[in-house]
Amino acid sequence: MSPGRKHWLDEPRNVTRLVWTLASVCVALVIGDLAYHKHVHFGFEAWFGFYGFFGFAAFFFIVIAGKHLRKILMRDEDYYDE
Amino acid sequence: MSSLSVLPPAWILILGALLVPLIRGRSRIAYVLALPVLSFVQLLGLFGVPEGAHLQVELLGYTLTLARVDKLSLVFGVIFHLVAFLSIIYAAHVKDAVQHIAGLVYAGAGIAAVFAGDLITLFVYWELTAIASVFLIWARRTERSYRAGMRYLIIQVGSGVLLLAGTILHYRATGSLAFDHLGLGSLGTDLIFLAFGIKCAFPFLHNWLQDAYPEATVTGTVFLSAFTTKLAVYALARGYAGTEILIPIGVIMTIFPIFFAVIENDLRRVLAYSLNNQLGFMVVGIGVGTEMALNGTVSHAFAHLLYKALLFMSMGAVLYRAGTIKASELGGLYKSMPLTATFCIIGALSISAFPLFSGFVSKSMIISAVGEHHLTLAFLGLMFASAGVMEHSGIKIPFFAFFAHDSGIRCKEAPANMLIAMGVTAALCIGIGVVPGPLYSLLPYEVEYQPYTATHVMTSFQLLLWAALAFAVLIRTGLYPAETPSVNLDFDWTYRRLLPRVVGAVGRGFRWVEGRVLDRAQRNIGKFLDGVYRHHGPPGVFARTWPTGSTVLWIAVMLAAYLLLYYLR
Repeated sequence: MSPGRKHWLDEPRNVTRLVWTLASVCVALVIGDLAYHKHVHFGFEAWFGFYGFFGFAAFFFIVIAGKHLRKILMRDEDYYDE
Repeated sequence: MSSLSVLPPAWILILGALLVPLIRGRSRIAYVLALPVLSFVQLLGLFGVPEGAHLQVELLGYTLTLARVDKLSLVFGVIFHLVAFLSIIYAAHVKDAVQHIAGLVYAGAGIAAVFAGDLITLFVYWELTAIASVFLIWARRTERSYRAGMRYLIIQVGSGVLLLAGTILHYRATGSLAFDHLGLGSLGTDLIFLAFGIKCAFPFLHNWLQDAYPEATVTGTVFLSAFTTKLAVYALARGYAGTEILIPIGVIMTIFPIFFAVIENDLRRVLAYSLNNQLGFMVVGIGVGTEMALNGTVSHAFAHLLYKALLFMSMGAVLYRAGTIKASELGGLYKSMPLTATFCIIGALSISAFPLFSGFVSKSMIISAVGEHHLTLAFLGLMFASAGVMEHSGIKIPFFAFFAHDSGIRCKEAPANMLIAMGVTAALCIGIGVVPGPLYSLLPYEVEYQPYTATHVMTSFQLLLWAALAFAVLIRTGLYPAETPSVNLDFDWTYRRLLPRVVGAVGRGFRWVEGRVLDRAQRNIGKFLDGVYRHHGPPGVFARTWPTGSTVLWIAVMLAAYLLLYYLR
């Protein structure tokens, strides 16, 4: 594959399109909650859009918490080689 | 019985490995590929034999069972053979005989161990997996891998020693060596539990995994990812099903590695954390212990062995071609390695449990079993961990290796044998996801579970795609932490830094005390000798000749003092 060739993802506009497509699918999935009867083990699972909200919040929390964890845990690459 | 009349299960691999150095070139490739096939044919013969103990031998008065056949051992036997075969294809280009021998013996010991019917036989194979596998780390032949291998070996052999100690205590308490359900409650079985826990990478016992696996060779890590930890899962399922403490242990295992995976720069180490997190799901299933939960654990181990091998294979291919596996140095590789990227994404979708991929039909069984038990906290913990899996393995691994910013690295696509191994593994990941029936038929208990319900499909898509949306938001707003060359402190810091420091400090303390004591002792001895010389030497008071009269006087004084003391009493 030639190094100079432009790929579809090299175009920032296309990446933006991808993100908006993902966002639209996400919204559609939550609206989809209205279209069927959920079989659940716990009451909270039946809340409108619960899984979507939970997935978004959990992911966001994990990344931000990891970022702060670095302040305590991160060392130079040769820390153990000294 | 016919297939057992020749050799115990997997001995074809162990004994066959010894002939590898004698065969060279293309015949060696054919030979190492033929061994797991032959061994698998022997295994297929076991499906016909009645369940129970076979190949029993008497040794020093103990009865050892070299082949206990039941559904639990058979399903692990099947998947271990499959992964061994795929790993050998992946490693076919390797010229180093040591790696082939180590891989074959390691896989053979792992398979033989799941057929061990007694604790002594289990112990022997347990240690053999440790000793054989360390050569896959040392084969990298760097100072770093040598040290990591040493730490790995000490911990693995230590686990075996605990297993042996537990076995002896258990035998003294019960008179039985049988490896059936053990349960906690006696010192012997507690020690065995701890031995299994080390190999299963329980929290605080886990760090050998993240320390050693990424230091192994490109192909060695693929082997390593398979046998040790899943042997431990098998052993826990056999000995400790329904042990409730495993539920919190498992939930913690699913959660804490996520945070380390987010900030880790070495992508094979990210996968090692991810492996730890996946083991957590299996451990929870064992803790719940119902038929559905145990089926979930076994099917998840089966699916996991394939997608985890696939992910390690794809990252191994990147390391092999690009010469680095650090996220901070990679990116844009989909242009050079489109097939590897595709296979990696299939592995990522499988581990994230997207519908139509293998993780979906296995993990959900464990989570449903937890739900049926109304274990709210565990359920929420596993859901949280599922979002975490999406982060580190679903997105981070493919994104930073193959996409992100273009690192400018232009390399060749992975070698043909690696592509074949990845292609077949990827096909299996999809096959299991689309048609779970054949996998379900191998499970230890009857399966009455339907993964593809509207609720399950919709809620899974919601959780995973909204998590992906969170990633897009974090990246676009610049909140996602940049990949940085670094190491992150984990529990191994206690024995790689703290312990040497404490030992060093204690040593220095002893030397200081020793110095002080010796110094003082020398001075006191000197003083004492001076005193002796002063009193007894030529000028000393005791060297004088005393008149008899003064001696009589002193004796009288002594007698008076004695009399006085006598009356005072």
